[in-house]
Amino acid sequence: MKIAIVKEVRPGERRVACTPETVSRLIAKQGFEVVVEKGAGELAAFSDADYEKVGAKILPDARSTWAAGDVVLKVNPPQALPNGEHEASFIKDGGTLISFLWPAKNGELLNQLAARNVTTFAMDQVPRVTRAQKMDALSSMANIAGYRAVIEAASLFGRFFTGQMTAAGKVPPAKVLVIGAGVAGLAAIGAARGLGAIVRAFDTRPAVKDQVKSMGAEFLELDFEEDGEGAGGYAKEMSPEFIKAEMELFAAQAKDVDIIITTALIPGKSAPVLITEDMVKSMKPGSVIVDLAAEAGGNCELTVPNEVAERYGVKIVGFADLPSRLAPTASQLYGNNLAHLLSDLGGAANWKVDLEDEVIRGALVTHAGEITWPPPPVPRPPEAPKPAAATVVPLPTVATEAALAKKRAVQSAVVLVALGAALGLLGMVAPTEFVSHLTVFVLACFVGWQVVWNVTPALHTPLMSVTNAISGIIIVGGMLQVSGPIDSPVTILGAAAVLLATINIAGGFLVTQRMLRMFVR
Amino acid sequence: MPQSLVTVAYLFAGVLFILSLGGLSAQETARRGNTFGIIGMVLAIVVTALGAHVTGYQVLVPVVLVGTLIGATLAARVAMTSMPQLVAILHSFVGAAAVLVGIASYLDPQNALTGVENTIHEVEVFAGVFIGAVTFTGSVVAFGKLQGIIGSKPLLLPGRHMLNLGMLLASVALGVHFVGQPDHGGLEPLLIMTAIASVLGVHLVMAIGGADMPVVVSMLNSYSGWAAAAAGFMLSNDLLIITGALVGSSGAILSYIMCAAMNRSFFSVIFGGFGTTSGASPAAGAQEQGEVKSLVASECAELLREAESVIIVPGYGMAVAQAQYPLYEVAQILRERGTKVRFAIHPVAGRLPGHMNVLLAEAKVPYDIVLEMEEINEEFPETDAVLVIGANDIVNPGALDDASSPIYGMPVLEVWKAKNTVVMKRSMASGYAGVDNPLFYKDNTLMLFGDAKKNVDAILAELRTGNAAAA
Repeated sequence: MKIAIVKEVRPGERRVACTPETVSRLIAKQGFEVVVEKGAGELAAFSDADYEKVGAKILPDARSTWAAGDVVLKVNPPQALPNGEHEASFIKDGGTLISFLWPAKNGELLNQLAARNVTTFAMDQVPRVTRAQKMDALSSMANIAGYRAVIEAASLFGRFFTGQMTAAGKVPPAKVLVIGAGVAGLAAIGAARGLGAIVRAFDTRPAVKDQVKSMGAEFLELDFEEDGEGAGGYAKEMSPEFIKAEMELFAAQAKDVDIIITTALIPGKSAPVLITEDMVKSMKPGSVIVDLAAEAGGNCELTVPNEVAERYGVKIVGFADLPSRLAPTASQLYGNNLAHLLSDLGGAANWKVDLEDEVIRGALVTHAGEITWPPPPVPRPPEAPKPAAATVVPLPTVATEAALAKKRAVQSAVVLVALGAALGLLGMVAPTEFVSHLTVFVLACFVGWQVVWNVTPALHTPLMSVTNAISGIIIVGGMLQVSGPIDSPVTILGAAAVLLATINIAGGFLVTQRMLRMFVR
Repeated sequence: MPQSLVTVAYLFAGVLFILSLGGLSAQETARRGNTFGIIGMVLAIVVTALGAHVTGYQVLVPVVLVGTLIGATLAARVAMTSMPQLVAILHSFVGAAAVLVGIASYLDPQNALTGVENTIHEVEVFAGVFIGAVTFTGSVVAFGKLQGIIGSKPLLLPGRHMLNLGMLLASVALGVHFVGQPDHGGLEPLLIMTAIASVLGVHLVMAIGGADMPVVVSMLNSYSGWAAAAAGFMLSNDLLIITGALVGSSGAILSYIMCAAMNRSFFSVIFGGFGTTSGASPAAGAQEQGEVKSLVASECAELLREAESVIIVPGYGMAVAQAQYPLYEVAQILRERGTKVRFAIHPVAGRLPGHMNVLLAEAKVPYDIVLEMEEINEEFPETDAVLVIGANDIVNPGALDDASSPIYGMPVLEVWKAKNTVVMKRSMASGYAGVDNPLFYKDNTLMLFGDAKKNVDAILAELRTGNAAAA
């Protein structure tokens, strides 16, 4: 099978779908033949000679390269050329195309590809499951964008990132606010920390707090309870109250920080506006905003896509092509993602489009003349129950498991028989009422047994104090005895019992409450 | 109020109690669980008070008010470090109440049972009073030991097992004598048995050392449940039976968990005498174990500052010194510096199951950095520094590799696998178990002697100034 790597035609695009290193893997490990369009890797610093060295064949122009490949690898979706021709018309009937495709925006393109019987995989549609992480090109690119955002900011920012105490005087460290702690946000945090800045981060999903902290940033929190975790680990849209609280936080931060990097995107919607004109106005002159959502409308009101705008002394970076600005690395990672997908498709020898495979099916957008996007919902396996915190420390075992199990079975049989015999004996002599109480008693023992095993060890003390309070139920016994003559011994004993039990109940419940209030995450 | 309504209300209260225990299985639902318990209890009390049998409100109301006041005051005043004592003394109240209810039930002229039913009732009374009395005095002694009024060393009388057995047999003999006496004539054997059971309770708990207190407290918790269940049998009250059984089995499970955590059988704990039988054997090791290295607080702070990951292992010593607050501040400073800080809790650390978790929660340590032994034990090899504060037996490597050690086989926190371990301790004295700890002699172990609180404060001050200088 022949793979074709074509030159990107989008203006300003510097990436190429595969580096020579990836090509050598495709040839050596997966058995493909590879053709490369002349000059495809030039802007990412890979020469035609490099590709030839690893065994690829160089073809002179786009049309011949497209036509030569059984599988065409690209970065951007096929698009119209300046001369009016369309890339999609170059591909051979029944061929395969793998690239970013954005099917939601490119319906017409899908029709075109389907009409030509093309099998198309959209790298942006690879499902976000653990197995598919190696093919997750969006994350690869987001990682690069996050890093590059910091580099762009640093080059425009007129001061050090790191604080320094020099012989000439003190330089304060830069303060960076990262909004949105997805892959890009975390990469930005890491890069900014690496340069020595003080980094703060905000995200609507409390679950990412630990990730933020692990990267060394401070996690800003709202005094507001709402989880922004949507499907697939992406963010969802928040309630108006939440957004108001969030905006107040940003307004306060804007006055303080030097650099803001916004990465807030909600799948399928235009980017939320988080930084208003007023906030920009309140920032210190010389500050920098890098808006990673520029292409989707921008997180900042004043963002101009693909430009650096300067408003109120603040530079606002709206580049939509940050990964492309790090073309060699971006090409390398994207190529690796492609190679992993090709390998999952079986390589040259066992090529098969397996519609049963969740990952393959998810990425497949046209196949056999049909548009196959969006994929049918995958029946998710029921979420595995969280492993309950093991409460018992296993004793060191000497006997083998099997022998032990057998021994246990014998033991429990003996116990059951003995229990049955004892109960039978009891049933013959005991009055009905006693037996019915006994039934209740034994069942309650089992319920208690079942319920308490699940208690996490951290809560053993509260459990004990609450059971202690509950065992104050003996107050009922005392209460039934205080209604005789006031000076009878029964009444006095009963009253004393009630007193003790009440102390127990009130003390036990209240102290439990006090303890539980202290447990915070 | 019709009887069937009362019964249904009791049923509902029982369900609420079950939900209450179920709610305590996780932090998120624990508060709701407690609320269920309160609702169930209020329901049970109100329904009982409105029932046909209860008319003595002039007695009931003031007594309940006074009891609530006392209980609430106790609950509000108690320090979190004194939680074990509070729990113990509350157990004793249940025991005492069971004794009182039992005797009153025997004397109650309204009980006009005959034949087998009467015999069963009397057996129930006798058993209930017995359990109640053991619980009562046992809990009082446990309280005394935890509070430090009574020495925590086990009191081992010669022939103590025979003594226990004798008291048990005497109680049974009295029971045989007691059952079937006409016209409450059995009061005398009942009271004698109460006295004997009280002595038994004292003797049982006196023989148990301080380190085994988590087991004792949960065992007494279990007993208090059984006492309530016995009272339910004698009063024909299903709610008491259900609740008592719930509490009884819950306490039993906790005791079992604690025993398993120490790799000891339940009976060896209950019949006490730990750490004395094999006192001679570790002596041989002690001389060869080499040198103890110590450091001062500032050096310890330096060590922590350079570490990338730190695990803090608290023990009873932290509770005694009230060091949890400064300790968490230390942890916070380290976390702000980007250090990975976790707390590791051994199941039997402290004097009450879950004791350390409560103390750390009091100091506002977020519970997701507080980990159980099983969760964290394998991470010690990747850890730069471990801070052991006021713990001894739960970090004793002898438990794993010295077959002669009395705690051999007990799972412990494997702190010695970390790059450095700092042990904060008052002196070289051995822990409650009376076992020498080879950890102190390891090459990568450093001792920080002195009061835990003072040392933690010193480390904290050192870290603060260090941070200021760096900024």
